[in-house]
Amino acid sequence: MARMKFLCDADRCIECNACVTACKNEHEVPWGINRRRVVTLNDGKPGERSISMACMHCTDAPCAAVCPVNCFYTTADAVVLHSKDLCIGCGYCFYACPFGAPQYPKVGNFGSRGKMDKCTFCAGGPEADNSKEEYEKYGANRLAEGKLPLCAEMCSTKSLLAGDSDVIAQIYKERVAKRGYGSGAWGWQTAYRENIAT
Amino acid sequence: MAKVFAHLRLIAGALALAFVVATAMPVAAQQPNSVNPNAAAVKEQQLLQQLNKIEGRGTIPDVKSYVLEHPAGREWREFHGVTLKWIGGIFILGMLALLTIYYLWRGTLPIEEGRSGRVILRFNVFERFVHWLTAVSFVILGITGLNITFGRSLILPWMGAEAFSTWAEWAKFSHNYVSFAFTIGVVLMFLIWVANNIPTRADLEWFKGGGGMFGGKEPPAYKFNGGEKLIFWISMIGGGLVIVTGFVLLFPFYGTSVSGMELAQIIHSVVAVLYVSAMFTHIYMGTIGVEGAFEAMVDGTVDANWAKERHSLWHAEETQGSVGQAQAMRQPAE
Repeated sequence: MARMKFLCDADRCIECNACVTACKNEHEVPWGINRRRVVTLNDGKPGERSISMACMHCTDAPCAAVCPVNCFYTTADAVVLHSKDLCIGCGYCFYACPFGAPQYPKVGNFGSRGKMDKCTFCAGGPEADNSKEEYEKYGANRLAEGKLPLCAEMCSTKSLLAGDSDVIAQIYKERVAKRGYGSGAWGWQTAYRENIAT
Repeated sequence: MAKVFAHLRLIAGALALAFVVATAMPVAAQQPNSVNPNAAAVKEQQLLQQLNKIEGRGTIPDVKSYVLEHPAGREWREFHGVTLKWIGGIFILGMLALLTIYYLWRGTLPIEEGRSGRVILRFNVFERFVHWLTAVSFVILGITGLNITFGRSLILPWMGAEAFSTWAEWAKFSHNYVSFAFTIGVVLMFLIWVANNIPTRADLEWFKGGGGMFGGKEPPAYKFNGGEKLIFWISMIGGGLVIVTGFVLLFPFYGTSVSGMELAQIIHSVVAVLYVSAMFTHIYMGTIGVEGAFEAMVDGTVDANWAKERHSLWHAEETQGSVGQAQAMRQPAE
């Protein structure tokens, strides 16, 4: 099986936020929840770079490790998913996540969090593939349809890559070799304890 | 002739200069292209080493999402998954083991002279209300809190994922709401009992005598003995810490960042497990540990002989002072 990963080529990202919009639209994500976001570093200064970030689907995922109700699971494609039926909205995954991926709808009094929501790598949840229940809880399941995540698919500069780790790493390596520079696969060291040698 | 040569030399020199300039120009024009456009670019590893988190600017209203990476969550994960479980396990199980050994060794400490039949009011109705308000909310908070840390490994396997999740969600809600009752309890407890809990010389003597727990008579004590004062201050300081950190966690991102909440959770959970283990001794002493102690928190009275043996200075105060003021009489036939 493939080992699915995201890779954002920061030297190509133009901060258009199309990935953010595509994600929100594809999954009908509620207001206030952003499964994907673009962060610009050194904004307006030399060396400015933008990175599109969502759940990185970590190896040995910290969210899964700290979850008090064990609601996370990893698919055969190494996509980290969770069950909203089991989630109690405690917020522990947010404390542990290095990428700020878990999102919570604000429900009820003071800071109480609802069921956690995060990027599914367009792979839905534990319900039957592409069922109505799955769509309502987790959004579209493009992976089950043989498609890759929409954010990467419609990236105008092909900065955001999604797919099998070996394939996207190879594409990135070739790019770096051709243009002569590359600021690395952001987040890979933290998420997978490995980086792409370029 | 020499003039012709001079002319030729000049022409040759001009041509040579023109050639040098002409060949050199494109090199100068290409200069910027040989600069690595990535040289000034931000570098992930460098940023992580410098700042331990990477933060930038975003375009969505959610300001906290501007943090790109904060790998510190990994240390918190290690704490929550390993360190906390060890601390909690050692202190809670250790305390239960010590109390079990102590009970097997000493048993229930009796009223030496037997019951006199006369009773003295120890806690009025308001004091009892405050005690039980705090006690009941403490037990609920303790169980639901320990569930978050230990439930997954201890209860989930035999309860099943669905049932455990339902229970854990209710536990979370109770933990959130009961915290307010507990806070009121701790504040009131401080107000009504702080005057009786100022450490005195008598407490030093009490601790020197082992509080009568390891044989011998219990050293003289006022309304609260040294051990009870210790429990009081543990409740006030421990309770204060869990309340403050608890409210920080209850209102996420109100003046805190993720690392602030991680720190709050660490303090909250460590203090909580120590607090729970300390309270075991209090519960033990108030129930099966000492004969005649529990009724002080039920109908508020204690036997006069119990008071004489356990709190002789307080007993003296109560009986020699204005009699009847805080004294209740019960029929000996009871």
